[in-house]
Amino acid sequence: MPRTHLILLQSLVAVIAIAFWYALSTYPVFGHILLPPFFFSTPLDVASQIVDWFSTGVIWKHLWVTLWESILAFLIGSIGGILVGFWFARQPRTAAVFDPYVKMVNALPRVVLAPIFTLWLGLGIWSKVALGVTLVFFIVFFNVYQGVKEVSPTVLANARMLGMSERQLMRHVYWPSALSWMFSSLHTSVGFAVVGAVVGEYLGSAAGLGYLIQQAEGVFDVAGVFAGMFVLAAFVIVIDTIVTLIEKRLLVWRPLASDARP
Amino acid sequence: MAETATAKPASAVALSDVSIGFRLAGGGSYTAVAGATLHVADGEFVSIVGPTGCGKSTLLNIAAGLMPPSAGRVDIFGAPLGALNRQAGYLFQADALFPWKTALQNVAIGLETAGTPSTDARTQAQTWLTRVGLGSFGDRYPHMLSGGQRKRVGLAQVLIRDPKILLMDEPFGPLDAQTRQIMGNLLLDLWSADRKAVLFVTHDLEEAIALSDRVVIMSAGPAARIIGDWRVPLARPRDIGEIKLDHAFHELHRDIWHMLKSEVIKGYALMEGV
Repeated sequence: MPRTHLILLQSLVAVIAIAFWYALSTYPVFGHILLPPFFFSTPLDVASQIVDWFSTGVIWKHLWVTLWESILAFLIGSIGGILVGFWFARQPRTAAVFDPYVKMVNALPRVVLAPIFTLWLGLGIWSKVALGVTLVFFIVFFNVYQGVKEVSPTVLANARMLGMSERQLMRHVYWPSALSWMFSSLHTSVGFAVVGAVVGEYLGSAAGLGYLIQQAEGVFDVAGVFAGMFVLAAFVIVIDTIVTLIEKRLLVWRPLASDARP
Repeated sequence: MAETATAKPASAVALSDVSIGFRLAGGGSYTAVAGATLHVADGEFVSIVGPTGCGKSTLLNIAAGLMPPSAGRVDIFGAPLGALNRQAGYLFQADALFPWKTALQNVAIGLETAGTPSTDARTQAQTWLTRVGLGSFGDRYPHMLSGGQRKRVGLAQVLIRDPKILLMDEPFGPLDAQTRQIMGNLLLDLWSADRKAVLFVTHDLEEAIALSDRVVIMSAGPAARIIGDWRVPLARPRDIGEIKLDHAFHELHRDIWHMLKSEVIKGYALMEGV
């Protein structure tokens, strides 16, 4: 399918969905408005809210806060995940000792930690970063751990026969293998960094997209809630596109990088 | 063995009464190879042929020092092998290239690990890629190469380190017949330049005879033994395609196959019994 064709069809889906939304929230069907604007708002109200945010410029501050929290959560979580993942993979005994605790913490719904982080770190960005870190860390950790563990035995034997020392094995074999696993989960981990930030904001904050949505919800401003969701969705798509570009660059050696996503 | 080793030049690889056993998960043990004695002289091309599962690859791993034998001893140029065999290059059956490195980087790495400066290693790697016929493929990653091309890169990767001993574990196993033949000729070509000691494992008797100075036959496992040792009296240089039409080749093939056939049947019977 040609690219223009595809984009045309993709836009058509949005147009039809919005048209239905508009029709059902504006015109009565058999005397009933199926999507009452109080609960579902209307496309026009949502659009005007979004335009309003961008024209007055209030949205930029919130977007910036959410972006910054996501970036910090991703970086800290990734670095932690890489370090611990490597450590556990190379020290099976340590891994065995900590195994039940890792599983326990990972099984915990992270949302319940949000109030604790707020208590510890306050209403600023760090409580959101912390929440994002708990999500990102485990994804990166499991992938790096797997990446180090699942190095092909043949490649490893070959590396040894080629005279690699333990340090060279680390650099030329374990490290690239772990990174490739980590990058293949990049979409998931970046996504979770954003989720952590937004959920954290939603549960208690003074700025960010989650805060915006929560504020609108508090005053039954459904148009505001929807507008916030649309901005958030667009934000995620932009980030995801950037991640795809980075991934393509970093995983050139892979048969089809996009197929390797979990 | 030690006495004779001092008398005449030591074998490149000397396996003396080597046995290999594995502990099974259930608690018992399995003897893969029992009492194998095999000598490969310097510059000699020796093939090991045997039915599937007879432990011929394991024997190769022992010679490489990737695993220790349960009993017996391994000497490399007269010195007992304790750890990894630093004098050997190993061409694996499965893909062993580093998928995250380009062909050129894959070939250069063997020198870089030994401390050769990067630019120097790359120049030599380029020379080797050209030698295996992949001069213009240096920037390709392994997944962009065909199976045969990957084997060529693997060959260059091993040979660039100039090992005194070349261990090959069914290196051309996964390739199609034509490519095998081309690779066989390439191998003989490269080998004849400086005659390393080669220990070549294969299940293909024709390939073994065409390539080797000696063909060693192993019996079916468990407790596989070396049951035959045949000298190949064919002249070199050889062309693998043409030598298979030679009368002497046929006679040798028939004789060895006669012995091997019963072992192959035994091997299959055992496998089906499991």
